[in-house]
Amino acid sequence: MSAAQPLPRWADLVLLPIVCLAVALLLAAAVVALVGQNPTEVISVLVKGAFGTKRGLSYTFYYATTFIFTGLAVAVAFHGGLFNIGGEGQAIMGGLGCGLAALWLAPHLPVWIMLPVMMLSSMLFGMAWAAVPAFLQAWRGSHVVITTIMFNFIASTLLVYLLVNHLRPKGTMSVESVPFAESAKLPGMHQAMGWLGIEWPSSPLNLSILLALAACVAVYLFLWQTRAGYRLRAVGSSPSAAEYAGISARQQIMVSMAISGALAGLVGMNEIAGVNGKLLLEFVSGAGFTGIAVALMGRNHPVGIIFASLLFGALYQGGAEVAFEIRGFSRDMVVALQGFIVLFSGAMAFVIARPVGWVLFKLRGSATKPATTGAANG
Amino acid sequence: MTTAEKVPLPVGEIAVQMRGIHKRFGLVAANANVNLAVRAGTVHGIVGENGAGKSTLMSVLYGFYTADSGDIAVFGQAATIRNADDAIALGIGMVHQHFMLVETLTALDNVMLGAEPHWLLHRAEAIVKTRLDALMASTGLNVRLDVPVSALPVGDRQRLEILKALYRGAKILILDEPTAVLTPQETDQLFSVLKVLRSQGTTILLITHKLREVLNLCDHVTVMRAGQVVAEMPIAQASMEGLAQAMVGRKVNIGRVESGARALGDVVLEANRLSVRDALNVPRLTNLSLALQQGEIVGIAGVSGNGQSELLDVLSGLLRPASGELRLGGDHFKVDGGLGPWLDPQLAREKGLAHVPEDRHARALVMPFAAWESAVLGYDTLPVYSQGKWLGWMKHQAMQQATVALMERFDVRPRNAALPSNKFSGGNQQKLVLARELGQSPKVLLVGQPTRGVDIGAIEFIYSQLRAMRDAGCAVLVVSSELDEILALSDRVIVMNQGQITGELPISECTEAGLGLLMTTTKPANAATAEVNA
Repeated sequence: MSAAQPLPRWADLVLLPIVCLAVALLLAAAVVALVGQNPTEVISVLVKGAFGTKRGLSYTFYYATTFIFTGLAVAVAFHGGLFNIGGEGQAIMGGLGCGLAALWLAPHLPVWIMLPVMMLSSMLFGMAWAAVPAFLQAWRGSHVVITTIMFNFIASTLLVYLLVNHLRPKGTMSVESVPFAESAKLPGMHQAMGWLGIEWPSSPLNLSILLALAACVAVYLFLWQTRAGYRLRAVGSSPSAAEYAGISARQQIMVSMAISGALAGLVGMNEIAGVNGKLLLEFVSGAGFTGIAVALMGRNHPVGIIFASLLFGALYQGGAEVAFEIRGFSRDMVVALQGFIVLFSGAMAFVIARPVGWVLFKLRGSATKPATTGAANG
Repeated sequence: MTTAEKVPLPVGEIAVQMRGIHKRFGLVAANANVNLAVRAGTVHGIVGENGAGKSTLMSVLYGFYTADSGDIAVFGQAATIRNADDAIALGIGMVHQHFMLVETLTALDNVMLGAEPHWLLHRAEAIVKTRLDALMASTGLNVRLDVPVSALPVGDRQRLEILKALYRGAKILILDEPTAVLTPQETDQLFSVLKVLRSQGTTILLITHKLREVLNLCDHVTVMRAGQVVAEMPIAQASMEGLAQAMVGRKVNIGRVESGARALGDVVLEANRLSVRDALNVPRLTNLSLALQQGEIVGIAGVSGNGQSELLDVLSGLLRPASGELRLGGDHFKVDGGLGPWLDPQLAREKGLAHVPEDRHARALVMPFAAWESAVLGYDTLPVYSQGKWLGWMKHQAMQQATVALMERFDVRPRNAALPSNKFSGGNQQKLVLARELGQSPKVLLVGQPTRGVDIGAIEFIYSQLRAMRDAGCAVLVVSSELDEILALSDRVIVMNQGQITGELPISECTEAGLGLLMTTTKPANAATAEVNA
């Protein structure tokens, strides 16, 4: 029963997220002030830390890369009408797939074969991990939210088991595999830039950021330019209408979860092949869940997801910088700041949309006064 | 056209007086200078097409919206109605088109919800039950109070809503499209109850677009169009044609159009001994057989829920029957004991069978999709729309152009192929669906509830399109719960009751009374049909 003005498209896509972000930052600043810190200082350190230096920028992009993968994973499933909370587990499995391929094949194969093989292996493992909940949803009606959550736990303990009992070299204390052979290492951005003759500081940022951007383009083309994407969205928006059109909902559940899992699996390329060069624990560290917030904030659209990923990447990197630079400012405050942003751009966006719409309507109303009467065209 | 100001107010006590009501949403004026006076103890009809502003006006009266300007007086007292609580305190009750009931609670608890007379639940229930029993006895509104609402039939739920309003002391009752979900029998029952209530002094505001009901029940009628009152008259001066013309703004004809005798073509669809059981193993269709010939419209008459929906689903391939046979365009499908090949929706389209489903919102359109995306639903594999076997590259431009052409041909308004499907009015959504299904020149056309929730102007257009399809040699099957519609369209009428055919007549032998009798008879006339088949 709300008489809210619908927002014009540009305001919905550009203005509203900016207003939400501003409100979140204002509130965060108030909280910072409340704990006795200087908000402007904290925010300037945060922004400078995330964007001010080449090194900081590289870290921001590195974090963003992982969030793009997990954000896209959530978005594709969402367009298929499914809430994939299993990005975490699928990313772990992607890393495992990447690592296993590297450990077994890298000593024998050159780098230009190795990298595609590791990428495919990451995607396949992520896909397989998503396929089981998808199958249970499609044929048995077990809700994918529940099953994907459970599969997160299974994935994480499976990784622990494999590392502790099989992949860890005998006699070492640390729970990690041997380092990969050289052909299984995805070049870092500083190396790639070096080939081009540009000096770039060493950082975890690697070529998988290009893979992430390519994934964004691919997801966009798939969802909005192909019949397969059209059918996936039809099932996601109206299963009964899709049934009427002769589209199999079961098939589309499998397709959307498989693609979703493959995208999450690509996290393995960034973290395992790109950064660590060995298989270890905790390399996903919550990115699968951050992906949900990223997709939510990015309106499940690849372009929005890129921006949301950058924002979260900046918060991670800038937050680390703040915790390091400012005495007495703990990392937990940064987490609180992230919480504000998720709250305001996700859950509260509709609350903020109303005053924004009202202000816009007033502004426009004063600009174009003539009103049409009785124009309730039926 | 604000004739409303010139109409003299009825004499006697005025229960509701609304003066100069303005309400706009954005740039659209949903109500522009609306005046309404309702005399106490009468039934006052408010008619108009979808979007004419009648629901907005009632929402202003019930406090869902606040008018931009204008004033309201209830029983002569100036009233400020900011929310539903204010309205209830003034003795105004509203029964919404979509019931506001908690399905898991009992009927009694639903009445009590929000107005518990005692803090102990069983005490409260006892008090409410005593009062309700008295109320039911005096009004004839009988509802079983001790069962969950989910177990009540639709007619009972409606009576429960009215009871709820009366229990809260409503002297003025607003009914929003109350018969939209009722069977003809339930409608009759509702009307007799409303007449009792009127005789007891309740004032009733009836929002509807069914003119027959207005003429049967109302004492006074107000016609709205495009946010304004365009006519107001006592019922004695009202006629079906006059009201329809006032609603639409031009002369309309939704009656039967006689055309000369036509030669029928080949049988293009033949179904034999179809049987369907639902998830609870209750038979929905039993040994039903029918055949469609080129160049005829066959109407399926019957009270809703007697297997018509299942019949449409089986014939369009959405539902596999427990047993039965189907011949369609040279193909033969046979299912026995749930096994065997059956038509699927994709194959049905390839065979030239088009289907306009009963449920427009759930089935026919993907609501968030742009009109052009909805306009290719089910036909997206056509080479003009997409190419390639796997991913299928979509030809957006071709799809949009085709949609614009269809919108032009079927007069879908606004002509904006990029607008989301849910932003069109019911009539225009239905025209879009018809455009899609008729656009591929099908050989067989199945239509469920062709004009449910559709304005009179659009009804006329839809009828003429269906007749044109028939004249072009298509075999058309129309399922409708509106007898008027069956009589206006069909060349041959099949009556269904409890999943069986209880009668089959050429239109020349159809009378409303005769069909009504067949709709309620339980004797399966299949005996006759079975003999013919044997």
